[in-house]
Amino acid sequence: MIAWDLLANAVVAGLLLGGFYAAVSLGVSIIFGLLDIANIAQPAFLILGSYAAYVMNSTFGLDPILTGLLFTPVFYLLGAAVYRVYYGSFERRGEESLRGLVFFFGLLFIIEVSLSLKFGVDYRLVQAGYIGKSIEFAGVGIAYRLLVPCLVGLAMTLALHLFLGRTFYGRAIMAVSQDRLALRLMGANPVKIKTVAFGIGIAAASLAGALLVTITPVIPSSDRDYIGRMFAITVLGGMGSIGGTLVAAVILGVIESLMATFYGPSWSLAVSFGILLIALAVRPAGLFGR
Amino acid sequence: MPQAARTLSVGLAVVAAGVLIASLRVNPYLYFAGYVIFQYIVIATAWNILGGYAGYVNFGTPAFFALGAYTAVFLIQSIRAPLPVLILAGGLVSALLGLGIGYLTLRLRGVFFSIATLALSIVLQTMIINWDYVGGSRGLSVIRPSSPPFGSYVTFLFTVMVLLAVVAVTAARFIERSWIGRGLAALRDNEEAAECMGVPTLRLKLFATTISGFLLGVAGAPFPYYVTFVEPNSAFNLDYAVNALAMPMIGGTTSWIGPVIGAVLLGSAQQLATVTISSEMNLFIVGVVLVAFVVLAPEGILGLVRRLRGR
Amino acid sequence: MTAPLLEVEGLVKRFGGFTALNRVSLHVKAGERFGLIGPNGSGKTTLINCISGALAPDGGRILFEGVDITAVAAHRRTRLGIVRTFQIPKPFSSMSVIENLHIPLEYAAHGRLHGATGSEAAEILRVIGLEAKAHLRPGGLTQIEMRKLELARALAARPKLLISDEAMAGLSSAEVDDILAILFRLNEQRITIIMIEHIMRAVMRFSERIVVLDARERIAEGTPEEIVGDQAVEKAYLGE
Repeated sequence: MIAWDLLANAVVAGLLLGGFYAAVSLGVSIIFGLLDIANIAQPAFLILGSYAAYVMNSTFGLDPILTGLLFTPVFYLLGAAVYRVYYGSFERRGEESLRGLVFFFGLLFIIEVSLSLKFGVDYRLVQAGYIGKSIEFAGVGIAYRLLVPCLVGLAMTLALHLFLGRTFYGRAIMAVSQDRLALRLMGANPVKIKTVAFGIGIAAASLAGALLVTITPVIPSSDRDYIGRMFAITVLGGMGSIGGTLVAAVILGVIESLMATFYGPSWSLAVSFGILLIALAVRPAGLFGR
Repeated sequence: MPQAARTLSVGLAVVAAGVLIASLRVNPYLYFAGYVIFQYIVIATAWNILGGYAGYVNFGTPAFFALGAYTAVFLIQSIRAPLPVLILAGGLVSALLGLGIGYLTLRLRGVFFSIATLALSIVLQTMIINWDYVGGSRGLSVIRPSSPPFGSYVTFLFTVMVLLAVVAVTAARFIERSWIGRGLAALRDNEEAAECMGVPTLRLKLFATTISGFLLGVAGAPFPYYVTFVEPNSAFNLDYAVNALAMPMIGGTTSWIGPVIGAVLLGSAQQLATVTISSEMNLFIVGVVLVAFVVLAPEGILGLVRRLRGR
Repeated sequence: MTAPLLEVEGLVKRFGGFTALNRVSLHVKAGERFGLIGPNGSGKTTLINCISGALAPDGGRILFEGVDITAVAAHRRTRLGIVRTFQIPKPFSSMSVIENLHIPLEYAAHGRLHGATGSEAAEILRVIGLEAKAHLRPGGLTQIEMRKLELARALAARPKLLISDEAMAGLSSAEVDDILAILFRLNEQRITIIMIEHIMRAVMRFSERIVVLDARERIAEGTPEEIVGDQAVEKAYLGE
């Protein structure tokens, strides 16, 4: 006998999780999917955003999502700075592959250990009015702490989609991903465009981090849980396809939720890793890839 | 051939020195520290065969190392296998893991291999945590055999690790100087051109991942007897991930000497540092040094020496 | 009539929704000097990538010495004797010029035999004119020397068919003649050569037969004189 209400709850939770996972992966979708830069330090920026929200929340009582939004410019500048270093040290010399990867890994490592030194390994969480409350919908309980991040995630996805399709910089970023020469002919400077894109990617990650700490407590090594998820979603959705990212995120969210409900939570990481491997083996271009 | 004979005699001399040192009545802590440093020589050398020679970055060193360790734990628990069997089995299982991950991802760009290895450690750790036979998340106590061939068990393990280091370095040196090594260098420099010049790039890449995996598993197999209490957090320790990268990068990735230099320098520094600073601070410094080297001196110490010599 | 060395039959290649090659066929006879021209975007590079094995076609066949090699891996095709140079030179930057030649000598020319290759490499460098730079790294070479290194490396693979992909782009007039002389000399040693070039005087002088590609299809074939007078070719290059 299938426990229908258990199933329904799991699916709904998975859908909400999917919206959040989309927020988590948007940055990678831009940086890896469009700019083709394998920034494996992305999860560290996610957690950095979580801790920023935590600090503001515990010190000033600020709502975490508000903090996330307020801090977006800060993280944008941080991302721009990181890209400049990356460009100057590696991209310009054509040495991206090995050393660029090691650079980002070093960054991931330094950020995680720094957080460990500063905050220790206790779980940190935030307090907000809506955490702990939930609403009933069609017999299924929907927790606010899942619903709000999901909605923000959907809003972020829409905003990014509009940005890439309708604004000059957005279209320039799409152009960079397809044809560097055409971009130069357009009169735009590819380095500047990529700096903007990288900054946006990091800002997106940090905002997603604020959403993360709303959903669940974090420790410095929480970033490792998201490495597999970010890249699985980006590859499955199709590199650089924002819509694809959302679809893949929801798929992953639902599968993880079902696995967690019926087999226990420790298998969720294996799910994303499995999806990553399968996507790479069967269709590396993803569901909506070029 | 005189070349091979010379290598062999150097190797034997090193092992003999190891045995000699082991039989001295020195502070036992030195053997613990020495074990770790020689273990890192194996790890750094193994990593470099794939990373330095072929140009494919493996971020999942803990997975391969821990798989070797847990294979040993499994064999100790089940059939009380002797050390040589543990080492061989640990190496083979990790070699298979290397071959598997390679087969799934090496036909794509190198980035995907690296991303897959990054996620690999975490997933494998989750699986081990759920496997109670080898201790799960609580860990497992392992009792050392009562009669080592000579000295105390720790000094015996130390000598074994010296031997394994010699084997690893000899293998790396042999590969580097052979036609395989030249093919790997070609595919590292420009994979497309190498393929068009007749180099079977996929096969060489799979060879490198398998050998690298084998040596990492070999490094991990004696670990249970070394620590006597095996639990996932120590076997899958992040130290291995970052040191496996930092040691070859600091020493120099193009030659077998680089990882040895890096392992000895960084390994000794860390052993000295653990008594004065916290292990977190230790990791932080290694991370900073790694980034500094990759940005400022990507060819490592060997590269700096070469530039000073004016070559 | 002997069978052609290389036969391409109805080759099709698609990238997503875009057709890069639309049923292209051609053949090259052994020992021939063959020219392949066409405006940018006509599919020349895609065709070469399919012949060398870098890309797998979506339709059609490729036969070499009468054998279907459509499914054969690129490195094996090199061992069979199909060798290409790259438009933008791709040297092995961590090795010296002469060491660059050791790779094809060990892997392509001698197959499984990995013996001494020193003297053969030196001889090739002499023929190409690079012997003075034998122990330099590619980073220290000039443009034309890099192009010569591409050719020397290709020669070291003991080609039966050499595909020269825009080896003369961006070179001075004298440098173009230099490369041309090398290619003529290689052809005298009975190496079949496919030349892809935009420099018309070089193609016209060199080729015995030319195929013209435009908009992913073959639009003309013939001797240089025939091509020069062909209306379709004129339209392709100059527009209506």
